[in-house]
Amino acid sequence: MAQKVALTGNDAAATALKQVNPDVAAVYPITPQTELMHKFAEFVADGDVDTEVVLVESEHSAMSACVGSAAAGARTITATSANGLALMWEILYIAASSRLPIVMPEVSRALSGPINIHCDHSDSMGARDCGWICLFSEGAQEAYDNIIQAFRIGENHDVLLPVMVTLDGFILSHTVEALEMLEDKQVQDFVGEYKSYRSLLDVDNPMTLGPLDLQNYYFEHKRQQVEAMDNALQLIPEVGKAYGKLSGREYGYMECIHMDDAEVALIGMGSTMGTVKQVVEEMREEGKKVGAVKLRLFRPFPAQQIIDAVKHVKVLGVLDRCISFGFGGPLFNEIKSTAYTTAEIGFLNFIYGLGGRDISLAAIRRLYEKLDSVKDAGVVVHPTEYVGVRE
Amino acid sequence: MSNEKMPGWKTLPIGGAILEAGNTAEKETGTWRVMVPVRDYDACIHCLRCWIMCPDDAIIVEDGKVVGTRLQYCKGCGICAQVCPPKVACIEMKLETDLGPDDPKG
Repeated sequence: MAQKVALTGNDAAATALKQVNPDVAAVYPITPQTELMHKFAEFVADGDVDTEVVLVESEHSAMSACVGSAAAGARTITATSANGLALMWEILYIAASSRLPIVMPEVSRALSGPINIHCDHSDSMGARDCGWICLFSEGAQEAYDNIIQAFRIGENHDVLLPVMVTLDGFILSHTVEALEMLEDKQVQDFVGEYKSYRSLLDVDNPMTLGPLDLQNYYFEHKRQQVEAMDNALQLIPEVGKAYGKLSGREYGYMECIHMDDAEVALIGMGSTMGTVKQVVEEMREEGKKVGAVKLRLFRPFPAQQIIDAVKHVKVLGVLDRCISFGFGGPLFNEIKSTAYTTAEIGFLNFIYGLGGRDISLAAIRRLYEKLDSVKDAGVVVHPTEYVGVRE
Repeated sequence: MSNEKMPGWKTLPIGGAILEAGNTAEKETGTWRVMVPVRDYDACIHCLRCWIMCPDDAIIVEDGKVVGTRLQYCKGCGICAQVCPPKVACIEMKLETDLGPDDPKG
């Protein structure tokens, strides 16, 4: 019997992890993730889970301990944000290249400096090349649902990759939302008992992990990771469909809002897409042909499906909550290069919300109006706008 | 291994895992050597400190006595000479190219 609750994003994420009941959690605090693991630690203290919690001295150690744990065949989790993710950066690559299905909620926070503890996507964007699967959540419900699905995605023997599930810092992590939770048993059945692909503790099948590769082997191992990402791309909607059967909420690569006959559209990720949806509904009531695409899966990048979703619009605004300095919005550049050869779409990059700066319904409406004016003018003059920055 | 046909990405164990236990034995690191240990076996007191500390398990011990060196693995690091008790000091590291074919080594 599904249970309707009101929880913060952090609590929802912690509850998802509790219901999965992983073997090991190696953790270190950082705002705004801290309360996620606090909540989980409560579950451990209360005996609600069997998880062995390892308190380490830094995020670098947290991910290192996770690598050791996962290599030993344990279902392993951690959580972090921003500079914590940055500190574990080298080990992210090791987790992915050692093919260890660690699951990590990543509570999106701006990378310092100056120090800013609020929401933006610079942290996960900075790690976009590391080989982790990366899912973005719009709200607490999606964070909960994504985390549960993450285990089934990463642990699949054709994938075997770690999975990062992002939820926007403070906006989602610390605000209370209504969501529906599955029963413990439903979650347990969905993720299944963990069968690790191999284990350092399997004395009948001994192995060494983390060896040296010289010039003659490294490339082949990287090519294997490419294959794993390709397999993940196939698998993720299958898992999303199975989850839909279980919960009534089916998941794929993205959610399209009024895209069928949209002339202009915004595409983006995370909690702001909830605000965008509201604006789209209002403008549709007014007869405006606007649409939106909320991208859920960022890595692997669902290039073809994005093209299919947007190719018929005249002007597409890409919302980036991050700047790739020297290049522009990362999502903008990935989408533009992906969709460039299809039709004549005008592309605009809206950089917004850095350091947790709020973006209002009115501001988003103005973005749609700008898309409209570009559509009427037929030419893009200023492709990049920094929404709400004081000159 | 270097000249044989090497496996491709489809057949290699994923993630660089090495599945053959103890395959370090196939790697003859003795070819890396510049210095070589020369031991005076009459002076050796068989304390086995060199055997304990050798990083390559290159010292041969039989019935509790040091009897030789596995020169196919010995890298000439000199740790054995370093840990030999100062009052014994029966191991000397020599430049291998200084030794003739009949000179003792190992």
